[in-house]
Amino acid sequence: MNDMRLTERNMTDQKIKMQARGVDVFYGDTQAIKTVDVDIQDKTVTAFIGPSGCGKSTFLRCLNRMNDTIDVCRVTGDIRLDEEDIYDPRVDPVQLRAKVGMVFQKPNPFPKSIYDNVAYGPRIHGLATNKAELDEIVEKSLRRAAIWDEAKDRLDQPGTGLSGGQQQRLCIARAVATNPEVLLMDEPCSALDPIATAQVEELIDELRERFSVVIVTHSMQQAARVSQKTAFFHLGELVEFGETSQIFTNPQDTRTESYITGRIG
Amino acid sequence: MTLIAFILLAVLATVGYVLNRQAAAAITADGTRLHSLKHFHGLFSLLSVLVPVLVLLCLYLALQTPIINMVTMASLPDGVLDGMGDGAQQLVLAEIRSVSQGRVFGTPEDWKIIAAERMVALYQYADIAMVTMVIILSSVILVLTRRRVTAEFRARQAAETIIHGFMIACSTVAILTTIGIILALAFEAIRFFEMVPFTDFLFGVNWEPQIPIREDQIAAEGAFGWLPVIVGTAVVATIAMLLATPIGLLTAIYLNEFAPRGLRAVVKPVLEILAGVPTVVYGFFAILVVAPALRGAGADLGIGISPNTALAAGGVMGIMLIPFISSFADDALSAVPRALRDGSLAIGATRGETMLKVQFPAAIPGIVGGVLLAVSRAIGETMIVVMAAGLMANLTINPLDSVTTVTVQIVTLLIGDTAFDNPKTLAAFALGLMLFILTLGINVLALRIVRKYREIYD
Repeated sequence: MNDMRLTERNMTDQKIKMQARGVDVFYGDTQAIKTVDVDIQDKTVTAFIGPSGCGKSTFLRCLNRMNDTIDVCRVTGDIRLDEEDIYDPRVDPVQLRAKVGMVFQKPNPFPKSIYDNVAYGPRIHGLATNKAELDEIVEKSLRRAAIWDEAKDRLDQPGTGLSGGQQQRLCIARAVATNPEVLLMDEPCSALDPIATAQVEELIDELRERFSVVIVTHSMQQAARVSQKTAFFHLGELVEFGETSQIFTNPQDTRTESYITGRIG
Repeated sequence: MTLIAFILLAVLATVGYVLNRQAAAAITADGTRLHSLKHFHGLFSLLSVLVPVLVLLCLYLALQTPIINMVTMASLPDGVLDGMGDGAQQLVLAEIRSVSQGRVFGTPEDWKIIAAERMVALYQYADIAMVTMVIILSSVILVLTRRRVTAEFRARQAAETIIHGFMIACSTVAILTTIGIILALAFEAIRFFEMVPFTDFLFGVNWEPQIPIREDQIAAEGAFGWLPVIVGTAVVATIAMLLATPIGLLTAIYLNEFAPRGLRAVVKPVLEILAGVPTVVYGFFAILVVAPALRGAGADLGIGISPNTALAAGGVMGIMLIPFISSFADDALSAVPRALRDGSLAIGATRGETMLKVQFPAAIPGIVGGVLLAVSRAIGETMIVVMAAGLMANLTINPLDSVTTVTVQIVTLLIGDTAFDNPKTLAAFALGLMLFILTLGINVLALRIVRKYREIYD
């Protein structure tokens, strides 16, 4: 397993890819998120940590407007992707989600072949004009998700036949196939065994070269291993946000310290 | 007396429950732990009394009458039955029976009155014997089970074994009934095929079953080719499915994914009401509304349309099947994991694309199963076609013609004078058997499809 690699990080200052200001989220009458401000840098892994039910997944789903698919959910505040308000009525959530991809907690490959799973996004967005181009996108995506070697001989077999870790990497391949700018990951390793987790974590580190990655995780070790920035959520509030090394070694807020040392959560 | 026997049995079984429960409670009084809960000790006694005696009681009731009949007939004075055939003997028995119940017609012979009195006496003995049997048997079992109550006795397992056996018996009833139906159909159908060659039936293109069943009757020669009838069935069922499948599926898709919650709350129950309308009412709709409308439309276009058409029957049957298909498809779509839908939406697919490319394909096994069950219903449906499609066995696939179906022919063959040694009547059983085989095949296919593709997305 990877050790805590806090010191190896080279923290170049990247430009801000997504910016959230004063975001509130309500489920019916209950407020799930209270005035959250976060900056997500380009080509950086940002981790959201916090105890269960603290709203980190809810906030993640605001970033690609997946909360729109829940009837009772209401989002206010300002979230910008490259300076553009994503909740502006002129923005089509469908196009937004092509730019902000998402990987879920439980691997959810479609009951189709591995090839069709990856080709799904490029097909609906018309990214390929012919079969050769599509083949190329599929191969490139599977390579980026580090599953090409395992999948190349069985592209026509159902994606549901893969192991859990392979399925999750297939889902990552599916998400990167549409060439997103930001990749959201909602506890991508919580359904995986330690070896598959290590593979996915390694992959996340590689994905950082091309995308801005936001990952929700329950594992503080994981946050420390893969992220450069960490945000700590507690009871719907953003308690602390900063460099991962600083959050883990020198937290400013007592709640953060309590959580990291295992006293709350 | 029968009622008394049943009440006695219920009372004794309850007594058994209470006694055993109390006995079990008495054991625990000094702190001993029972293997089974008190309740199971009681239940064990209750079931031990109830199940065997109940079975015996039912057997007794079923066998009582035939045995008394036999005894009565055997004790008649010598010679009175001489020279009588089976039928005549049955008549004598029926007369004795009605005399014994106080319905006397004319003046029966003395020996019949004596026999009737003996029959009444026999029934009285039988009743007393039955009640005695229930009391003695139940009491014996009661005592036996009471003596088995100990701390170690595994009353729960014992009670569960009895319940287990009871459940097996219940499930056997359905299977035995099915086998009985098949055998009844098969025997009559075999008798039919002894009179009409199987190949004539299977490949004949004429269906004119109106042959004379009495010597002096004037009727056609008779032809028993089932092709016009089965083709009629196929035409009506095809029209019904062509209407019901797309409308039903689109309804399900709309309700499942796109309909606002309020609308869904209204439309779903309305569809269920539609599913609950008796088919004969759909038949009214077909002959009073659809058929005249078709005729009117045909007249406007200059096409002569008969009052009975396959289109009217099939169309109304299709309306009948819409809620059936839509509720099946809705259930299948709802069963698709939400994760698949989210996964597709998160890639930037629209709800339409998600439905068409992810949810619908994942739900196909359930949907196909529902559609095939609907086909079975369309083939087996009788009332609407009787009322709207007509009785003429035309070998045609023109939906504007009058056609007839297998079920309609079965009904008409068995209405009115029937003689069960005549191919006209027996043809109904042959048709029934073929229909049964057909729908069975479709149902088996439906179940196989559902089973093969089930939970493939997990």
